[in-house]
Amino acid sequence: MNQTNFPQNRRQFLVRISLLAASLPAILVSIPLLGALLAPLIRKKKQQWRKVASLSDIPAGSTKLVTFVNADPLPWAGLTAKTAAWIRRENDDTIIAFSANCTHLGCPVRWESEAHLFMCPCHGGVYYEDGAVASGPPPKPLTQYLVRIRGNEIQLLTAPVPITEI
Amino acid sequence: MKRLLKRIWNWIDDRSGISDLIAPLMKHKVPPGSKWSYVFGSATLFCFVLQILTGSCLALMYQATSDKAFQSLQFITNDATLGKILRGIHYFGASGMILLAGVHMIRVYITAAYKYPREMNWISGVVLLLLVTVMGFTGQLLRWDDNGVWSAVVGAEQMGRVPFIGKYLARLLIGGDTLGGQTLVRFYTYHVFMVPGLIILFLLFHLWLVMKNGISEPARHALPIDPATYRKKYEEALKAEGISFWPYAAWRDVIFGAAVIMVIIAAACIVGPPELRKAPDPSVVQTQPRPDWYLLWVYALFALMPREIESYAIFFGPLIIFFLLFAVPFISNKGERNPLKRPWAIAGSTAIVIFIITLLLVGYKAGWSPAFHDTDIPDNVLPARDATMLEGKNIFSKKGCLYCHRIKSYGGVVGPDLTHVGTRLSENELYLKILNGSKNMPSYAHLLSQEEMKELTSFLKNMK
Repeated sequence: MNQTNFPQNRRQFLVRISLLAASLPAILVSIPLLGALLAPLIRKKKQQWRKVASLSDIPAGSTKLVTFVNADPLPWAGLTAKTAAWIRRENDDTIIAFSANCTHLGCPVRWESEAHLFMCPCHGGVYYEDGAVASGPPPKPLTQYLVRIRGNEIQLLTAPVPITEI
Repeated sequence: MKRLLKRIWNWIDDRSGISDLIAPLMKHKVPPGSKWSYVFGSATLFCFVLQILTGSCLALMYQATSDKAFQSLQFITNDATLGKILRGIHYFGASGMILLAGVHMIRVYITAAYKYPREMNWISGVVLLLLVTVMGFTGQLLRWDDNGVWSAVVGAEQMGRVPFIGKYLARLLIGGDTLGGQTLVRFYTYHVFMVPGLIILFLLFHLWLVMKNGISEPARHALPIDPATYRKKYEEALKAEGISFWPYAAWRDVIFGAAVIMVIIAAACIVGPPELRKAPDPSVVQTQPRPDWYLLWVYALFALMPREIESYAIFFGPLIIFFLLFAVPFISNKGERNPLKRPWAIAGSTAIVIFIITLLLVGYKAGWSPAFHDTDIPDNVLPARDATMLEGKNIFSKKGCLYCHRIKSYGGVVGPDLTHVGTRLSENELYLKILNGSKNMPSYAHLLSQEEMKELTSFLKNMK
C-alpha cells in the first residue's frame, strides 16, 4: 500500500495521537520546571523578630548601623544572608529603623553623623535624618522596618528588600 | 604515510559526509565587493566562541554559591595557574563582543542590509542583541563581590518599575524577597546554561539566513531594492561575478577576527581583569556600586533623568527601543541602500553613537556621586586663616558640604565650585541658598544653628 493511499482519517488519527502522546509528558514535566523557575515566588518565608541592638548602645538623638540575618536563609547564603539597617533613637522611647536601601535604585545609604544626612553613593540621593528626601533622584522617603523594645533589647522585624514600584 | 592519512580521511568523509556539509558553507558565492566592512559579524561570533571556551574553563574553578563564590574568585585570580589571564580574556572578550555587536548592527543599518529579503536576519539579530546584553549584565554579577551584590539589587529595583508584576519580577531576579542563597546560583544558570542555549539557537538561525539569502551586495553601488525583482537579479549577479567565500572573502574575517582576539589577549595580560573588591556582604554600607563600562551609560541616565519621569522611562524606555529596533525592516524594507543617499540613517546612527559615548564618559566621571573620600580642606589653601575662617571651614567639611562642592582641588563636583563664590554671591544670597536648598541640595534650615550658619556664610563670603 502506497503512503499516499492511506485514508485521510487514518492520517488524521495518527497525527492527533502523536500530538496527544507528546503533550502529556510535556505538560507533566513543565510542572516541576516551572516550579524551579518560579521558586522564589512560591517559597513562603515567615518573617522573624531579630535582636539588633541594646537600648544602652544607642544614645537618644543618635543614628547607628545595625546588621541582622534575614528570615530563614538557605545554608549556602553565607554573607548575603545579612542585611543592614539604620536605627535612630529620637528620644528615650521612640526608635525608628530605616532600610539602608535607597528608594531610588536600592544602593546602600550612609549616615553622615555631623551633617545629619543619609547619602547614597550611586546617583546622589540624599535624605534627612527622618528619612525624608533632601535632594537627588529618590522618589520617596527611606522605607522603615517594624521595631519593638523588649526590656533592654531593640528588636526589628525582618522584611523583604523594599522595591520601589512605578 | 601521507597516502595512509588520505585514505583514512576519505573513509571518514565518505561515511560521515563532512565535506558535503562544509563545502557549501565554504565555497558559497559572495559579491566581490564585500570587503572589510563585512567582518564585524564574524568577529562577534569569534568573541562568542572565545567566551564559551574561557567561560567553561573558568567554570572548572568557580563556586557558584552565594557563600563561596568570592573565595573561588580570589583563588582563580591569585592562586590558579594563569587564572588571572583567563578572567581577563573573559572580561575583555565580553567587552569586545558587545562593542562588535554594536558596530555590526550599525554597519548593517547604515547599509540597509536589513531590507528585503533579509528582514528576518535583522530580527534575529535584534533578539541576539538583547540576549548578549543579558549575558553582559548577568556576567558582571558573577564577579560576586560587593559590587555584584548591589548590582543584583539595582537590577531588581529596575524590574520593580514594571507595572503590576514589578515586585514579582524583582523577587524572581534576586531569587527571593531578599538576597540569599538563591541569588547567585540563578544568575549563574541564566548566564551559563539558559541564555547561551538561546543564543546558540538564534545564532544558528541567523547564520542559516545568511547562507539562504546571501551576503548583501556592497551598498554604495547597489541598486535600490525592488522586492519583485531583487532575488532574481541578485542570483544572476552572483552567478556572473560572485567569488568563493573561502578564501577570497573569508580571509578578511579571519585576519580581523584574529586581530581582535590578539587585542583581547594583550589587554588581559597588560590591563588584567577588574579587581575584586570587598566581600559580598549586603550589611556593609561603605561601598560604591558601579556597573562595567558598557552599562555606564545607563548608570548615567539614572542619575541625570528627572525624578518625575524616571519610573516610566525605566519601564517604557527599553520597550520603545526594542519595538523600534524590531520595526526597522517594516518601516522600510525596499528602496535605497546607498548610505550616502540615506541621510536620516546616517544622522540617526551618529546621534545615537554620540549620545551613548557622551553618557559613557559622564557615567565614568559620575559627578553626582558625593566625594566621600574628601573629609577636610587643609588650612593653607584658604585665602585667610583667622578664627572665623577656620571655624567656617570646619562646618563646611563636617556638615557634608565638601562632599558635593569643590574648594580648590578638594571636594565633589555634584554642585557648583565654591572656590570663588564670594565674588558671585552676597552673604544674604548665600544664607538663603543654604537655608532653602534646591532640587539637588538639601535644605539646611534645621541642620545648622544660627551661629553655625553665620560662620559658614562669612567663610564662603571670604572665598574670593
